[in-house]
Amino acid sequence: MENLIGFLVAAPLLGAALLLCGGRRLDGKGHYIGTLLAAASFVIGAVLFAEMLGRGEHDRALHSKVFSWIPVGGFRADVAFQLDQLSMTFVLLITGVGTLIHIYSIGYMEHDERRRRFFGYLNLFLAAMLLLVLADNYLLLYVGWEGVGLASYLLIGFWQHKPSAATAAKKAFIVNRVGDVGLSIAIMLMFTTFGTFTFAPVLTDADHASEGKLTAIGLMLLLAACGKSAQVPLQSWLGDAMEGPTPVSALIHAATMVTAGVYLITRSGPIFEGAPDAQAAVVTVGAVTLLFGAIVGCAKDDIKKALAGSTMSQIGYMILAAGLGPIGYVFAIMHLVTHGFFKAGLFLGAGSVMHAMNDEVDMRKYGGLRTYMPITFVTFGLGYLAIIGFPGLSGFWSKDKIIEAAFAKGGTEGWILGGAALLGAAITAYYMTRVMLLTFFGEKRWGTTPSPDEPSAEPAAESAGAHAEPHPHESPKSMTIPMIVLAVGSVFAGGLFSLNDAFLTWLEPVTGHSHGDSPLSAAAVTAGTMVVLAIGVALAWAQYGRRPVPRTAPRGSLLTRAARRDLLQDDFNHVALVKPGQYLTRGLVYLDHKLVDGVVNGTAASVGGLSGRLRRLQNGYARTYAVSMFGGTAVLIAATLLMRAV
Amino acid sequence: MTHAATVHSLWTTAAAAPDKIPSPDIEYGQLSPTLIVLGAAIVGVLIEAFLPRRQRYAAQLFVSVVALAAAFAAVIGLAAGDYGTSKARVAAMGAIAVDGPALFLQGTILLVALVAVFTFAERRLDPVAHGNRVDSFAAQAAAVPGGDAEKAAVKAGFTTTEVFPLVLFAVGGMLVFPSANDLLTLFVALEVFSLPLYVLCALARRHRMLSQEAAVKYFLLGAFSSAFLLFGIALLYGYAGTVTYAGIADVVDGQVRNVTPALAGTMGNDALLLIGGAMVLMGLLFKIGAVPFHMWTPDVYQGAPTPVTGFMAAATKVAAFGALLRLLYVVLPGLRWDWRPVMWGVAIVTMLGGAIVAVTQTDVKRLLAYSSIAHAGFILAGVIATTPEGISSVLFYLAAYSFVTLGAFAVVTLVRDAGGEATHLSKWAGLGRRSPLVAAVFAVFLLAFAGIPLTSGFAGKFAVFKAAADGGAGALVVIGVISSAIAAFFYIRVIVLMFFSEPRTDGPSVAVPSPLTSSAIAIGVAVTLVLGVAPQYFLDLASQAGVFVR
Repeated sequence: MENLIGFLVAAPLLGAALLLCGGRRLDGKGHYIGTLLAAASFVIGAVLFAEMLGRGEHDRALHSKVFSWIPVGGFRADVAFQLDQLSMTFVLLITGVGTLIHIYSIGYMEHDERRRRFFGYLNLFLAAMLLLVLADNYLLLYVGWEGVGLASYLLIGFWQHKPSAATAAKKAFIVNRVGDVGLSIAIMLMFTTFGTFTFAPVLTDADHASEGKLTAIGLMLLLAACGKSAQVPLQSWLGDAMEGPTPVSALIHAATMVTAGVYLITRSGPIFEGAPDAQAAVVTVGAVTLLFGAIVGCAKDDIKKALAGSTMSQIGYMILAAGLGPIGYVFAIMHLVTHGFFKAGLFLGAGSVMHAMNDEVDMRKYGGLRTYMPITFVTFGLGYLAIIGFPGLSGFWSKDKIIEAAFAKGGTEGWILGGAALLGAAITAYYMTRVMLLTFFGEKRWGTTPSPDEPSAEPAAESAGAHAEPHPHESPKSMTIPMIVLAVGSVFAGGLFSLNDAFLTWLEPVTGHSHGDSPLSAAAVTAGTMVVLAIGVALAWAQYGRRPVPRTAPRGSLLTRAARRDLLQDDFNHVALVKPGQYLTRGLVYLDHKLVDGVVNGTAASVGGLSGRLRRLQNGYARTYAVSMFGGTAVLIAATLLMRAV
Repeated sequence: MTHAATVHSLWTTAAAAPDKIPSPDIEYGQLSPTLIVLGAAIVGVLIEAFLPRRQRYAAQLFVSVVALAAAFAAVIGLAAGDYGTSKARVAAMGAIAVDGPALFLQGTILLVALVAVFTFAERRLDPVAHGNRVDSFAAQAAAVPGGDAEKAAVKAGFTTTEVFPLVLFAVGGMLVFPSANDLLTLFVALEVFSLPLYVLCALARRHRMLSQEAAVKYFLLGAFSSAFLLFGIALLYGYAGTVTYAGIADVVDGQVRNVTPALAGTMGNDALLLIGGAMVLMGLLFKIGAVPFHMWTPDVYQGAPTPVTGFMAAATKVAAFGALLRLLYVVLPGLRWDWRPVMWGVAIVTMLGGAIVAVTQTDVKRLLAYSSIAHAGFILAGVIATTPEGISSVLFYLAAYSFVTLGAFAVVTLVRDAGGEATHLSKWAGLGRRSPLVAAVFAVFLLAFAGIPLTSGFAGKFAVFKAAADGGAGALVVIGVISSAIAAFFYIRVIVLMFFSEPRTDGPSVAVPSPLTSSAIAIGVAVTLVLGVAPQYFLDLASQAGVFVR
């Protein structure tokens, strides 16, 4: 059984190799190969899962060493896999959702002439992510981590002919590098502290290390997680990453990439438990991000960017939960899985809408689409209900637990975190309802005739709409079927996991669990959640359901305008990082030109000048040469005598 | 008592007679490399005297190659017989040392000479004159350049096959030079290898005036330096009462108390020692080409026939450094606090001077001449280390450098235009496009000169600099590295010129050589790369050979 683990990674990796090296002859069937290998990986995962269920809960972990990677003296790095319940959860999510997204992409990318390459990158993405969650040491995890970064760069910038896509890819890559530096420093610190970076010894010995070291490692791991999971302050890339094809967004947001940070923190639990300061930093980042993302999500008119804000916010929930320690690990992962279902469904739904609307992304130009695309409407609607935490659906089960756990943290901290989580739930309900209403309800705002109440629409927008009037239609089966499957998951997964605490029992042997000491009863938290949920929905209804929606966005309040600009994240980065960086490089270039080049060129010139002058001594006359020899001998003798005299 | 025993008894009794001159005790076996070469040189002279003109070339080439190969085999035999290590000794009544450095350097000189003879014998590069294949040497050396006699000689197809015995005589002298164990032998060896070289320098077929001018300059300046050397020897004799290395060293070390009455006024006078030592050093530094005794080098390198230049640049340097090492390590070690600072100065000005002046050179042969000066400086840095590592690093450097030099000059003979070899650098522009192979080979040699890793130049430079740094000459190493950087400029400049410039329309053509020159160049490249990629075996060999007998 252990030997199968390698094939989980190998299958999509083979796909990537085939598709990227295979050349044009695979153009016609490349997408099938890619999808098939992703599915193969899922099947292998399912087999391993079934086999794992058959074993006792404490010996479910499998280990498999493939080969010694870097054996140098005391430094040992192996390519070795570890498949325990935590990894298994991720494997099923990644391969399952990943495969669905592959299937969806067959239809979505049908008219793209670089479809084979797209599937190659998708496979590479899966392989890297699987390597990340299956590695049994931090160094191999780092390989997967970087592989994810590479694949995301390639996919976000897939439409490289668009300058915005190329820029977004670069932005994602560069922001991620900042996080990657954190991970590499954390790994080095681990090696100096523990002498190894294999999970088992590091995590077992964590309580022997000094708190200072653990805090340093923890903060560096958090930095890494912030980069990959788009948490404040490294969140800025996520919104721009929407420039990639929509299936890529679904893959990044649901199954891969952004979940890596949650995995890293959950996996490194013992380190954080030994470093309360680092843990406090984690929950702060989580709480801030969940509000940050939610507020941004409220202001965006671009459907994908609104969903991106939502992802940021939901991952914030998970990071928050992971930062709570054993109270929260299980719920962080559970929310991650349920989120994987409904966020993938939402993105695929959004893609389906865009597909129907000539790639229009502005929700103010949608409206009333529910009759035109019923399947998309239903599946998107179920995803919507799941994400806001409608009772009984997936999101309800997992989000409710996180809010509960936040309160259970205890003390003032617990109240603040719980309050933030509750507030986040309200805002989530608000912005998701807004998305739903703008897209599927109300009157249609697309087409050439402007709405009667909006005669002063921008001429530019008009001309853009004029040349290609959309004819909304339902998407092909290859796209709708994955959406249906994901919708089913969005509805039932949460309930299934919570039945007899199934998920808790499953994951507890790996992550541990404690109930904490909640000042509020579970029922009270649930009731509170329901109340804020209702308020959020009602507010959105009042604003977007009852009145017609203007085709162009009103100016809005200061906060709205700031939120439209992603709460000034890019402005902040520009002023705080880019400008100083530019001044620094300009200064260095100036120094290089004036000082370094000056010295170099000056030296060269003086050597050349000296050479020209010395050359003249070589005048061709033997007498001059003889004089030189004579003088030289005199100096030689004088110097020798002088040395004796001194 | 048998008859034989009686004879023996008589013999020994007679030999013990006090007033009889003792017959010298010569170890012919241990001297065989030198004897073979000198014997073959005499055979060569006889060939010139008795064989018809048409047959001389083949016969001379055969004799030379066989003699050099046999001599090399003899060196290997001696080394295998532990004469380089445990059985190292002084032979020929104290005149010749047979030890590790001597055998290593003799082996190197013999191999270099063997390869050089290939380039001497090359007859396909110059266009056929009147139906005769010709080599790089004048048809008739005695004929006035441009005169009727010369034209007649060319028409008759004369060639100067005397170059082969001349080379063999020079090699004979060079073999003795680094193994000479007294000052007189040293002087005789110096003259034995210098005089044939003066003649060889004058023998160029093209640009004969330049060639003869070079020879005269070389001869005059060589005679001038010999005078200094000889005077230094006289002073040293006055100081020590002996010319043997060991004897002088004993006096320097203060182990000799009984003063020869005739020399009572001078013996042990340190002024004589210092002045004499400096003058002998000067004579050797002249041969090495160290600044400020280097000024003959560019003119002679440029004027001499290129095969001779290659031979001279490689073999003379090996022989002269061998003699310098023996002088400093055997005769004057007790004086090292006096000569080290002086040699520091010489090494510095040699490294910097050679590298700096080379920057503005426009002729490839002069460029290589200045490069050889800079390299002399680098080797001096190893000499100054005064450690066993210093000796072995210098030995290795010499072996590595001599093959690079030989190969580089062999390539120079290939690039030709109507006037013979096209040595002006501007004509080499774009050579890499026209003759990629030749340009690439030359680039390998240039990279080795510059000391780029994976070439023998790097291994050698690293060895001498390491030895110098370990020997307490860190500052010298810094200056050496700076000089290397300057030197890299002009080596790389030639590579850039060859590969990244547009070829000239009137550019030179590359002649197709016979297997002789081809194999010489191939051996050069092979040694350069082997010593660069896997130097350890040869470094070990050099360090085994790094002990002088006294």
